[in-house]
Amino acid sequence: MAWLGHFNYWVVVILMMIGFYAVIARGNMVKKIMGLNLFQTSVFIMFISAGKIIGGSTPVLREGITVYSNPLPHVLILTAIVVGVATTAVGLALAVRILEAYGTIEEDELVDPPDQPADESHPGMPAGKGDTAA
Amino acid sequence: MSAFLTQPFTVVIIPFLGAVLIALAGDRDRLRDIIGWVTSIAFFLGVIAQVGPALEGAGREQRLWEMLPGLEIAFRIEPLGLIFALVAASLWLVATLYAQCYMKVLGYRHLGRFFACYAIALGAAAGIAFSANLLTLFIFYEVLSLSTYPLVAHSGTAAARNGARIYLGYLLATSIGLLLVGILWVWQAAGTLEFQQGGIIAGHVDPSWIPLLAGLFMFGIGKAALMPVHRWLPSAMVAPAPVSALLHAVAVVKAGVFTVLKVAVFVFGTDVLVETGAGIWISWVAAFTIVAASLIALRLEDLKARLAYSTVAQLNYIVLGAMVATPLAIIGAAMHIATHAVAKITLFFGAGAIQVAHDRKKIAELDGLGRAMPITFGAFAIGTLSIIGLPIFGGMWSKWYLVLGSMQIHQWVLVAALMASSLLNILYLLVIPIRAFFAPAAEGVPEHYSEAPWPLLVAMTITASGCVVLFFWPDPLFRLAAMLVPGGAP
Amino acid sequence: MNIGEWLPFSVLVPLIAAPVCALMPGRTGPWLLAFLGALTSLLIVAIALPVLWQGELSYPFGNWPPPIGIEYRIDAANGLVALLVAAVATFVLPWARIINNFEVPERQGIFYALFLLAFAGLMGITLTGDAFNVFVFLEISSLSTYALIAHGWDRRALLASFRYLIMGTVGATFVLIGIGFLYMMTGTLNMADLAERLPEVRDTTAVRAALAFIIVGLGLKLALFPLHLWLPNAYAYAPNFITVFLAATATKVALYVMLRFIFTIFGHDYSFFALPLTAVLLALAIAGMFAGSWVAMFQHNLKRMLAYSSVAQVGYMVLGIALATSAGLAAGLLHLFNHALMKGALFMALGTVFWRVGSVRIDDLSGIGREMPWTMTAFALAGLSLIGVPLTAGFVSKWYLIIAAMEAGQPWLVALIVITSLMAIYYIWRVVEAAWFTPAREARTPVSEAPLSLLVPLYVVVAANFWFGIDTRLSVGGAEAAARALLGGSP
Repeated sequence: MAWLGHFNYWVVVILMMIGFYAVIARGNMVKKIMGLNLFQTSVFIMFISAGKIIGGSTPVLREGITVYSNPLPHVLILTAIVVGVATTAVGLALAVRILEAYGTIEEDELVDPPDQPADESHPGMPAGKGDTAA
Repeated sequence: MSAFLTQPFTVVIIPFLGAVLIALAGDRDRLRDIIGWVTSIAFFLGVIAQVGPALEGAGREQRLWEMLPGLEIAFRIEPLGLIFALVAASLWLVATLYAQCYMKVLGYRHLGRFFACYAIALGAAAGIAFSANLLTLFIFYEVLSLSTYPLVAHSGTAAARNGARIYLGYLLATSIGLLLVGILWVWQAAGTLEFQQGGIIAGHVDPSWIPLLAGLFMFGIGKAALMPVHRWLPSAMVAPAPVSALLHAVAVVKAGVFTVLKVAVFVFGTDVLVETGAGIWISWVAAFTIVAASLIALRLEDLKARLAYSTVAQLNYIVLGAMVATPLAIIGAAMHIATHAVAKITLFFGAGAIQVAHDRKKIAELDGLGRAMPITFGAFAIGTLSIIGLPIFGGMWSKWYLVLGSMQIHQWVLVAALMASSLLNILYLLVIPIRAFFAPAAEGVPEHYSEAPWPLLVAMTITASGCVVLFFWPDPLFRLAAMLVPGGAP
Repeated sequence: MNIGEWLPFSVLVPLIAAPVCALMPGRTGPWLLAFLGALTSLLIVAIALPVLWQGELSYPFGNWPPPIGIEYRIDAANGLVALLVAAVATFVLPWARIINNFEVPERQGIFYALFLLAFAGLMGITLTGDAFNVFVFLEISSLSTYALIAHGWDRRALLASFRYLIMGTVGATFVLIGIGFLYMMTGTLNMADLAERLPEVRDTTAVRAALAFIIVGLGLKLALFPLHLWLPNAYAYAPNFITVFLAATATKVALYVMLRFIFTIFGHDYSFFALPLTAVLLALAIAGMFAGSWVAMFQHNLKRMLAYSSVAQVGYMVLGIALATSAGLAAGLLHLFNHALMKGALFMALGTVFWRVGSVRIDDLSGIGREMPWTMTAFALAGLSLIGVPLTAGFVSKWYLIIAAMEAGQPWLVALIVITSLMAIYYIWRVVEAAWFTPAREARTPVSEAPLSLLVPLYVVVAANFWFGIDTRLSVGGAEAAARALLGGSP
């Protein structure tokens, strides 16, 4: 049962694959973002578990303790978590905007006519508006 | 100061400066014409100033700028380049007279763009003629391709666009796809791109690869119109007649064969070409092209298209001479640059004059027109006879040396190809003036005198007399050409 | 203070300017701040450059000595890339002001703040000497880029941005995994330190996996075929200013990071001999060159066309690197530099046309060459550079690339490079012909030439294309110094 000794990595791999599958296979954008989150979190766990030393204590200097866990991965992952939260926020914001613009966030239902003249597909800018903007 | 004024680069830059002024003058006809004259005259004088030192064997040299380590933009005057530049500069004077009249009479628009590109093309031709290494030559070669594109597409019709597309496609694809690769190969093997008497690749490239390298160069120089990369030249005939005359009978195509000669003599070296057999296989392709193009020309009904295929054949005389690479063949090829240029520009001037006066393009419609346009067809006949290579016309000398050169190495097939081409010339070129003078008039041809405007006639008369002059005074041309060959005249 | 202590400010100034910018009202203020931020960075890098040509500069943050603290370590390689990023930002911003007033009329404070963040992120990636710091800056620049792309006025920009976010995050996480493996095996994150400690553990699966994860992750960021799928839409629908900036810098910075990992951290010998990296990169580069050029030939939307052309051009850069010779590396870096110039100019010209016409579809642009002659001339001139006509920057980089391929004993690559150049002729010339030699579509209202305030910055970039095609001391010298610096780092 030697492979169980690295059970933390197995957890990481399983979580990662679940997340990755959701990113690829799900058509709903919110589900995609959740998958992405899971994917990132698995990597965070990998970092954290690698920093743990069996028998080691929390990395705070104290009397009588000689073995500490490595604090650096925690610090790194704190940063990475912030990045992950920001990514989620941007992703969700985009999903909201897509919902406003298209009325759906299901990938299959988002149909844009392939490369129509821009001014016909979107009531954005009439041609030649640059003249007035100047 | 005067030393600066006669430097090679100064001469090259004159047409470029002129082009800027012409473009600025735009639609102000008189101003633009004056600038055009000043530019072409200044350019001509600049080229003339190079002749003296070059004849004494001390051509000027100018190193401008080191673009990449070891690769300079540099110019050097040598006899072959001088022949080309002299031909281009003197015929530009005549063509200026012709073009300014022609374009106005036929009511073309956007003349600022037209004459500016025309001048740039001449400047690029001079850059090619004076370049001291392959890099400089390649740069101006591409400038020439790009600057002539707007001239070919000038009228903007679907046919013109299509022709220009083929034109540029062939020229850019061959130059980037083959010529550049050849240049890089030479650079990588020899470590230099400087032109040197005797070549630079001897001992650097495995002899068994040299035929392939020669192929890269000769097909890469698309402007020399070796088959099968000749298609651009007939396509370029959609351009107005002055473009066909000066550029596609003189500047552009001669830039191509000039590059062929230059590469043969100064990059490969004539000895290498002869010893490795690289020259022979290409000269066979050239011989094939000569005969095939003549046969195609025989069947064409459009006057300019027929002239274009005749040009393809004549260009390959020069390629053949360069690849046979015996001293006499090289001399003949160099002289042919000048003699063919003078003759062929006459023919194109004639074709343009017919279009101006009677708006006729098909050969069948020209029957009997000679009686109405005696000067035009007289000049046309002289040009034709010179191209066939009959005495009292300059074309004889170059063909004479080419044939002698091919005989020296006992290549009887090549000799036969040259002879066959002369006969075919009679059939497809000489027949035109003969029918114009003696055949019964075609429909709508006037019986009374009805010639093109005088500037066109003057231009044609000058170039036609040029053909005769080159027969009686070929000596300066011969002396320049003989300087190309090691040991001078044979 | 010596120049080494100033260098961090080229990242810090835009980073600090960003929140200030977000709070500023109006249009002129944010723009001016963004411009000043970019200009400051450019000046700092430009002043430091002569020193970097000779050796390297180092700045330890918080005075912690390098293996412990975060270090900025700058040599010729990142000096060149940083110069490129800062220069592009500085020279494009004057052009962008009018363009942005048109395309992003509201809340420009936020817009420029995001731009400053993206810019600071790219500068940070380039200058840092710490592997984890690379990841952080990568995400800073990526997140702000997603938001910037979503500013495009066509609703498809949102979709493009979302897809880029998904793929970009996956790529960045891959990089993070790779860095994690490296840290586990060596216990350090400092690049120089990593390079010293890796040889002891180089023959382990974890290190090989680290290299693979990092290459794939960065491959996504630099749009290496077939990981380029996010790029065409992102470029096509982003605001034009962002397209110019991204096309000229973002993929280049990702490529630089890849080089740093391959050559400095893992070492040239390890990367190319432990893994079949030459074969893989070469195959992907060639596939990208052909697929990108081929698809570009049939695009109607010209921004998409140029985007696909970028995929092909990334192929050229990777091709040079995959040769694994110093000449090839220099050629790749040189093309990295030159390609930024040509794509910058091309996208600027298209952006100018869009500003007048409101479309970049080729059908809408027929006859535009007569209405906007200067703009389209700029496009044609930059196009010549892309094709690789002599006297342009593109010619110089192709020259070096072909020479490198020949010296590496792979002459068949020459044919491939040449064929893809010919494909570039086709797709550029299509535009030239539509612009000058076809009659204008009747449905389109005729437009007039753009004002000087757009043309002057455009022509500055176009002129750079010719300047670096004639005077190659900075570009070639820089690329060669950078190649030396990267190769020198490997034991």
